[in-house]
Amino acid sequence: MSSETVFQARVEDPIGGDFYARRFQQGCEENTLVLNMGPQHPSTHGVLRVILEVDGEYILRAEPVLGYLHRMHEKMGEVKSWYQFIPNMGRVDYGHPLAWNWAYVGAVEKLAGIEVPERAEYIRVITCELNRLASHLLWWGAYLLDLGAFTPILYAFDDREAILDILQRPTGSRLTYSSFRIGGVQMDLDDKAVQMIKDFIPYFRKRLPMYKDLVTDNIILRKRVEGIGEMSPDVVNRFGCTGPVARGSGINYDVRRNEPYSIYDRFDFEIPTEDTCCAAGRYLVRMEEMAQTLRILEQAVEGLEQAKGERIMEKAPKPNWKAPAGEAWFAVESGRGKVGVHVVSDGSKTPYRVKLRSPSYSNLSSFGEVAEGVLIADAVAILGSLDLIIPEIDR
Amino acid sequence: METIRRNILQPIKDLWSLIVGLKVTGKYFAMKQVTVHYPRQVIDDENLKTYAGHIELVGKPKDPCMPRCISCQMCATSCPSGCIKVTKQKAPKPTPEQQKAMEEAKAKGEKVKKPAAPKNPAGFMLDYSLCSLCGTCVEVCPVKSLRFSNDIYLVGTSRDDFKFDLLERLRSQAEPRCDAPASKKQ
Ligand code: SF4
Ligand code: SF4
Repeated sequence: MSSETVFQARVEDPIGGDFYARRFQQGCEENTLVLNMGPQHPSTHGVLRVILEVDGEYILRAEPVLGYLHRMHEKMGEVKSWYQFIPNMGRVDYGHPLAWNWAYVGAVEKLAGIEVPERAEYIRVITCELNRLASHLLWWGAYLLDLGAFTPILYAFDDREAILDILQRPTGSRLTYSSFRIGGVQMDLDDKAVQMIKDFIPYFRKRLPMYKDLVTDNIILRKRVEGIGEMSPDVVNRFGCTGPVARGSGINYDVRRNEPYSIYDRFDFEIPTEDTCCAAGRYLVRMEEMAQTLRILEQAVEGLEQAKGERIMEKAPKPNWKAPAGEAWFAVESGRGKVGVHVVSDGSKTPYRVKLRSPSYSNLSSFGEVAEGVLIADAVAILGSLDLIIPEIDR
Repeated sequence: METIRRNILQPIKDLWSLIVGLKVTGKYFAMKQVTVHYPRQVIDDENLKTYAGHIELVGKPKDPCMPRCISCQMCATSCPSGCIKVTKQKAPKPTPEQQKAMEEAKAKGEKVKKPAAPKNPAGFMLDYSLCSLCGTCVEVCPVKSLRFSNDIYLVGTSRDDFKFDLLERLRSQAEPRCDAPASKKQ
């Protein structure tokens, strides 16, 4: 190519790049730079790309580009039987897989009118809440790692391992659980596991103030998160954000309270909210939620012991079980927000349609608006405060 | 007052928060290490007992080399990842006497009794590289012939290393009690 044609090509296509970058370029102002954050950036976990238009250190526009982790869970639901789709759920959100397990089996149970035995409900609550703790700990460690602090993730993993040791007993695995079944749970919580939970609750209660001393009160963290990523309740509502992201903006919404499912109405716990609307608010909500989860666990373990000896499974459907025709929707609260599954059945062995509503997707959509006008370094702080799990986005 | 607070008290408070954080770090610095230096060190087996690894066959109580499996194919059909392959045994060729009896029965118009195939499987392959460890196969097996192993130290250089012949595995597990290694035809 002669230098003239190269020049011509540059004028026509100044940044080269792909479809997204070119389309993004059209809205750019003069003398700004288009920058790709990710997919290899540590804060985007290798699977998310955010196109930024920057003026110096300031972000003028941001647009997340999805689709780096094609999994097609929804489509897979249409070729697998009702029973066979359960393991997929553990892979949608590897941080809090039991919430997804629950949302799916809950929807199918609602569709088929299956009642779950009481003991199974307790086991579901206990394992799901433990999983929430593990998920928040993972977020806590990873967020601080994004912000440049390495040690906290080691503390978080130390505690998370203790939780995984407990969860391994009733589920058999440590990460992508698929232990809830249509009509109950796969394995019972044995006495050893109950004892481990009882030991863990006071232990973790003592750890929380340590986390506060180490990080939450630390001025370095405060300066990095306070007032960053302002997200007004209006933005939250418009993008459908849920979970700690919504509660960090003062919206008191929790599926466990507002659309009670299972046996959550029996427990006494609070829904923490913060009205600072910034990353610090979302941070504090999650820290407080961990303390509340311990309260639920305490009460649930008590209830579990009263339901001792009962069965954990309604008559299990056979692998080639046919669900009755109709549709059902079931939502649960995961560590990231409202997880919902909508199943449609035409009365055959496989679902006609499985629609997943994932919180990370809605939470991420708000990023474009929230990141306007912030510093690049703050974009990392905002992204991390949303607690994204990428398979949920590319589901 | 506000200026004093902002310029003197606040920085002191901020500094103090750092000292408190360092105190935590210092305390943990002197404590026992919580990490395990794999592979020089491994975790205790007690923890592994509850781990559900790849599946394996359960032998008959009287004949540990022979799986309880009846080749019903339930596990293979219900497996969401399609990683189990159960091969049924073929019916043995009828002996000349049996052949004669069959022909006679046919001539008389009676029900022909063919020799039945043995129920135990001829082959049982698991492609662990596809398995999602969901446990469906273990649950559906009507004769409880499957269980989870707690094998976690699996290493391989190719995917083929994770294609397990479960019959072979069962035999090797029961080896001390197997007099003659079972042949494929058995
Ligand atoms: S555990 Fe699940 S995926 Fe693995 S072999 Fe059994 S049914 Fe298949
Ligand atoms: S292992 Fe169990 S389910 Fe699978 S073929 Fe054998 S008997 Fe049937």
